[in-house]
Amino acid sequence: MSSPADTGNLSDVAKGGDGAKSALIFSPKYLQRRSFIELNARERAKTLFDSGTSRELAGPFDRIESPWLAIQGVTPQADDGCIVMRGMIDENQAVVIAFNGAFQGGGIGEVSGAKLTAALDLACRDSENGQPTSAVLLLETGGVRLQEANLGLAAVAEIISSIITLRAHAPVISVIAGPVGCFGGMSLAAGVSSYIVMTREGRLGLNGPEVIEEESGVEEFDASDRALIWSIYGGQQRYNQGLVDALVDDDADQMIKTVQDLIAKGVPKIHRSEQVNHYRSRIAALDPSTQWDAVNFSWSAASLAKPTGRDEAAPGG
Amino acid sequence: MSKFTGIRGQVWFKALTGQEKPMPGDPPSVLVADAPIDNENARFLCVVPDPDSRFPCARHGEVGLEQAYTLAARIREVLGRDELPLVRGASGSDAKRPIIAIVDVKSQAYGRREEIAGIHLAAAATADAYAAARFAGHPVITLIVGQAISGGFLTHGYQANRLLAFADDDVLIHAMRKEPAARITRRTVAQLESLAKTVTPLSYDIRDYAKLGLLYKLLPVPNPEAPSADEVSLVRNAIAEAIVDARKGPTDLRDRFESEAALPARKATQLVRTRLEKEWSG
Repeated sequence: MSSPADTGNLSDVAKGGDGAKSALIFSPKYLQRRSFIELNARERAKTLFDSGTSRELAGPFDRIESPWLAIQGVTPQADDGCIVMRGMIDENQAVVIAFNGAFQGGGIGEVSGAKLTAALDLACRDSENGQPTSAVLLLETGGVRLQEANLGLAAVAEIISSIITLRAHAPVISVIAGPVGCFGGMSLAAGVSSYIVMTREGRLGLNGPEVIEEESGVEEFDASDRALIWSIYGGQQRYNQGLVDALVDDDADQMIKTVQDLIAKGVPKIHRSEQVNHYRSRIAALDPSTQWDAVNFSWSAASLAKPTGRDEAAPGG
Repeated sequence: MSKFTGIRGQVWFKALTGQEKPMPGDPPSVLVADAPIDNENARFLCVVPDPDSRFPCARHGEVGLEQAYTLAARIREVLGRDELPLVRGASGSDAKRPIIAIVDVKSQAYGRREEIAGIHLAAAATADAYAAARFAGHPVITLIVGQAISGGFLTHGYQANRLLAFADDDVLIHAMRKEPAARITRRTVAQLESLAKTVTPLSYDIRDYAKLGLLYKLLPVPNPEAPSADEVSLVRNAIAEAIVDARKGPTDLRDRFESEAALPARKATQLVRTRLEKEWSG
């Protein structure tokens, strides 16, 4: 691997730098790429920034831990599993908020939730003051951290609200790379984002398979059926359904390029979660009288047509 | 242990609006009506059980695909219409119409069909619509009359300017029902209950939830399933007060963690916000 990869910035390689090309000439493509998923949360965040421009805020040395875990006999973490980094992405101001799926399943607690909300609010403040600041959310999370139950749920409501404020000024990009995926309340946070990026290894849904099996029975969802799980929640399926904006390989360069392109694209004219009538009519056209498998499920051809504009007209019409 | 009967939404929707039927074209599980509150014409929205729902996992008071998109559409209808100043009330002729979410939701719908069809987006669309109304200056008030669980509550109610709840043992706001929450955190229900006595956000008691500073008011309503005229009038007044208060406050959710009531429970939130702001500009 060429040296830029080791320093955590691949912009030379992304631009097809000569050094990278010559070093990789005899390797097959899948060996050439640098995995994004294998990076930890801090490395993922750092690699998205232009070289030398990023710095971490409220990092582990600030030691802002969850105040709720130790009293339950759970070991807290110095960054509460949430990394906030500021810097430039392709010469644009940006903040990246990355969740560490290895700590409490990436669950949102008071502190990790507040870090995300505060970062979004500061990006919004700068954007309103003439310095547009995009936000990239690296979501590896099962949703609310159950050890902080009601404060986690409240934090998610606050996150959703702050995404909606910021996205009017600058794009908010949710990246679901895997392996944890994005579930529970945080699937709503992804849902209100300007853009969603997934890999085939990412999964997106409100209720995970185990929760559905637990609440509605194994006939409803067999949580051990991995093929079923991926055919429903997987990045490929979500992309085919038009529920995400970009599907990328597990390749850090491709991820960097995709995030840069979406920032360049700017604020969309209409966000997916504002297209109520479009998606409502898709649901109305479905026949739920028998159980579905992802393979026998399809939207009606008409409802797959791209929506044309803001729809705030009366429902039922 | 609180129980979900599914009748409270219907009872309070009727008590506050005089209506009990859905709007034309809407599923029977979503009740929406425009009704006066304190000289204003507010829009009330409520999700109720529908045993005949065509989606089997959304028959018992859950927020599913149809419920979410119907709510979202009915909220956006108000947003579209209030471009015109059609409300003449105590707060002036150009006042934005209040939106009142009556909440008694068991949960989100836990179904395979729902996941395949992207229920996360349906839920996001509803939260988005409520937030858009709030940011546009509509006072959004949530009245929790029964249960407000997890994704069901995030979808329907949690984006409000002001939250009101009944001080009643069967009123429950939580991230997950007690049994699965205990299992997932590898505890017994007894252990969870014992921890919840000292760890406020874990508690299943609405009076503990009130200590988190998220509620505007806890209302004494002894007969929530068959309210007296006095109880209805108390609730009506509380909603009217909440509307006035919401109009005076910010349109974002900062009151949830910056108000005096929130400070004891949200110290860590404050610390995070102060530190990030300080480090933001280097």
